[in-house]
Amino acid sequence: MKAAVVVFPGSNCDRDLAVAFKAAGADVEMVWHKDTDLPTAVDIVGVPGGFSFGDYLRCGAIAANSPICQAVKAHATRGGYVLGICNGFQVLTETGILPGALLRNAGLKYICKTIGLKVATSQSVYTEGYNAGDVIDIPIAHHDGNYFADAATLDALHGEDRVAFTYTDNPNGSMDDIAGILSANRRVLGMMPHPERAADPGHGGTDGQALFRAVAAQLANA
Amino acid sequence: MKATVHVMLKTGVLDPQGEAVRHALGALGFEGVNGVRQGKVIELDLADGTTEADVNAMCEKLLANMVIESYRVDLS
Repeated sequence: MKAAVVVFPGSNCDRDLAVAFKAAGADVEMVWHKDTDLPTAVDIVGVPGGFSFGDYLRCGAIAANSPICQAVKAHATRGGYVLGICNGFQVLTETGILPGALLRNAGLKYICKTIGLKVATSQSVYTEGYNAGDVIDIPIAHHDGNYFADAATLDALHGEDRVAFTYTDNPNGSMDDIAGILSANRRVLGMMPHPERAADPGHGGTDGQALFRAVAAQLANA
Repeated sequence: MKATVHVMLKTGVLDPQGEAVRHALGALGFEGVNGVRQGKVIELDLADGTTEADVNAMCEKLLANMVIESYRVDLS
């Protein structure tokens, strides 16, 4: 499996994401925001956490209009896999690849702690290493993680089983406790929590490993 | 020419910053502040001939996130 991890000015989880992909057995190539093309034969694109472009204007708004994001959009449109974590999730909503938006946390505070995350569906390459209903411990670290979508979008997400993860104890005001969602074709996942920060015993937890292992196993023969 | 773009969260979208400002005003003794909504003002210095349609396109493509925000353009 070949993964590409996008790097924007201000990304700070790019290396962690690359390490998590590699540990699961993937070949990883980093791509710069000014690149106009993804490496050939990329199976999955990782859009990492951080503060792309200093969160200017809105989190992810400037990154979403960078040259590489046009390539990421094209990749998603032709059925490619994309994993956006934290700022990466914000970038994916800003590009329109995923619906909704991430607002300022309801309590206004930047929150950095490990939270309980409920796996809402196991029906995706990202979550099939878990059972629906499992509660895993994954860190969050964000200021703007308050998921918002209109009623029709929420209905579609629930009706199509596209809510991937929910918070067991909503930290940020997200509608319906939503922490991560899937695209209609289930190949794009955006999530605020950081599975790549719980992917090695040195992190203090390994509950995120199953996500990367499942992706690597599924896409190994893709 | 100049354009001033006002970007506001849509009605119904929670504005925690506005709420915090409302609480702070109350704490300062200002009574009767029933609601505060906080937005952005973006000033654009534009080449002559730029149309309102151009500015609207800028708003919809970048300056506002139409999922959560609305905008108003004043040209001068």
